[in-house]
Amino acid sequence: MSGAIDRVNAARSNDRPTSVDYINKIFGDSFIELHGDRRFADDKAVIGGIGELGGRAVTVIGLEKGRNLKERMDRNFGSAHPEGYRKALRLMKQAEKFHRPVLCFVDTSGAYCGIGAEERGQGEAIAENLMEMMTLKTPILSVLIGEGGSGGALALAVADEVWMLENAIYSVISPEGCASILWKDSSKTAEASECLKLTSQDLFKMGVIERIIREPRNLDSVMFTSFSSLISRTFDKLEELDTDALLQRRYERFRKF
Amino acid sequence: MNTSDFFNFLKPKNELENQGAATENRPFIPDELWVKCPVCKTPVLSSDLTENKKVCPKCGYHFRIAARQRIELTADEGSFEEFDKDMSSTNIIDFPDYTRKLKNAKLNSGENESVITGRATIGGLETVLVVMNSQFMMGSMGTVTGEKITRAFEYATDNGLPAVVFTVSGGARMQEGILSLMQMAKTSAAVKRHSDAGLLYITVLTDPTTGGVTASFAMEGDIIISEPHALIAFAGPRVIEQTIRQKLPKDFQSAEFLLEKGFIDAVVTRNDMKETLRKLLALHGASERKEAGAK
Repeated sequence: MSGAIDRVNAARSNDRPTSVDYINKIFGDSFIELHGDRRFADDKAVIGGIGELGGRAVTVIGLEKGRNLKERMDRNFGSAHPEGYRKALRLMKQAEKFHRPVLCFVDTSGAYCGIGAEERGQGEAIAENLMEMMTLKTPILSVLIGEGGSGGALALAVADEVWMLENAIYSVISPEGCASILWKDSSKTAEASECLKLTSQDLFKMGVIERIIREPRNLDSVMFTSFSSLISRTFDKLEELDTDALLQRRYERFRKF
Repeated sequence: MNTSDFFNFLKPKNELENQGAATENRPFIPDELWVKCPVCKTPVLSSDLTENKKVCPKCGYHFRIAARQRIELTADEGSFEEFDKDMSSTNIIDFPDYTRKLKNAKLNSGENESVITGRATIGGLETVLVVMNSQFMMGSMGTVTGEKITRAFEYATDNGLPAVVFTVSGGARMQEGILSLMQMAKTSAAVKRHSDAGLLYITVLTDPTTGGVTASFAMEGDIIISEPHALIAFAGPRVIEQTIRQKLPKDFQSAEFLLEKGFIDAVVTRNDMKETLRKLLALHGASERKEAGAK
């Protein structure tokens, strides 16, 4: 695997584990799903709840694409409406109240572009998350497991650390969108993918992510075990900081860009 | 800015300026004298338009205006002290054609970036003032745009000042890749600190405010106002139409539509803007400018 376009294809592959898979592997039976934004609806593009990891309660939130066609339709292919982001923020505030860390899984081609999404304030919902996550008084760890599409991904990735699966991508615009603006030809995705510097290696070099995570071969992979303990150790480390230090560190993490 | 620059900027919208073969039978109207309102189609004498703050005297359509002109209309005369005037973007991720685009944007706008920041008084009241510029790459947000806005908010926080931000933007600047996306988080962080310090932030949305700017500081004001008929969107209308494959209703994503949906506090005309801002600043205890050495 070498070209950026190969990463794009891998990140979008239907065979990839989704947030639900990661939640099952890491939290097992301890996970309890919590629904709804308490404002409008329950957005199935976002799955959230509480689970136990290494003796610690963790709030976990993931953008979920679905694992087969029926699920994908049901979950709007992982493209959240404003209520999805508001559900995520509600659960984060709950985590803050009960002093448990937040783990986010990001996998979306982008926040949904549609009439309802605009009417209900897609921009406002994302903006609110960016602002509130910046000072959420509990550790946040975000992992990009597949696609990280622009503001819709960032809305779950304002965190103390951001990690990426080796073949995940993270970009301000889709390669198709970029190609159609640049060359008026949305088929030049390979060229656009290179230009955007969207691979885990590119982003690590730019300091946008702290860590690249090895890909699991399949759902039985031992990767999930080591990944789980890495998450636990990271929360141990972040929980040692007092709140002011944690928030100062988070501010500086984003201030440097 | 002189008037001819202004009309160059309007060119794509002003069909009277197309003096090519297709229009050769029309009576010749020098383009610096008249401009046709894109909404009510009334030809307006350009001097009248300037006199009227670039608002169509017939239908009230608000033409887009350059950031410098916005500052003139908003800040008290001679009160604006600019920050970071010389900061300017470079081609940080070596993106095709970006160096040339930046150069053109600087030439066309006469500015170094898509935002102007500084401090000023509005009706005598001290504030940090941030004005985005549609003439510079359609107000897109690159790292320097984000940096200037962040510094302006940090300055406001450190000095206990309110902030007034006029937004106009096509969104994040693709040519700076992920680093442009990070500006959404960076500016939001600075806004949050300003807010947590108990300071007032007023956003004024102008046409068009979209994408990453809408999804960050544009929607983070304590009070969000908009000029009439401004397009305010997360995803632009064309992107939505391509996604859902249907035409959008006529006034979808207009300022008035957002007002109805509950996402903005008020729609305020350009003529009433300065006085509205002054009142809001006064109601939040903004102070009058002290003499030299206030910093």
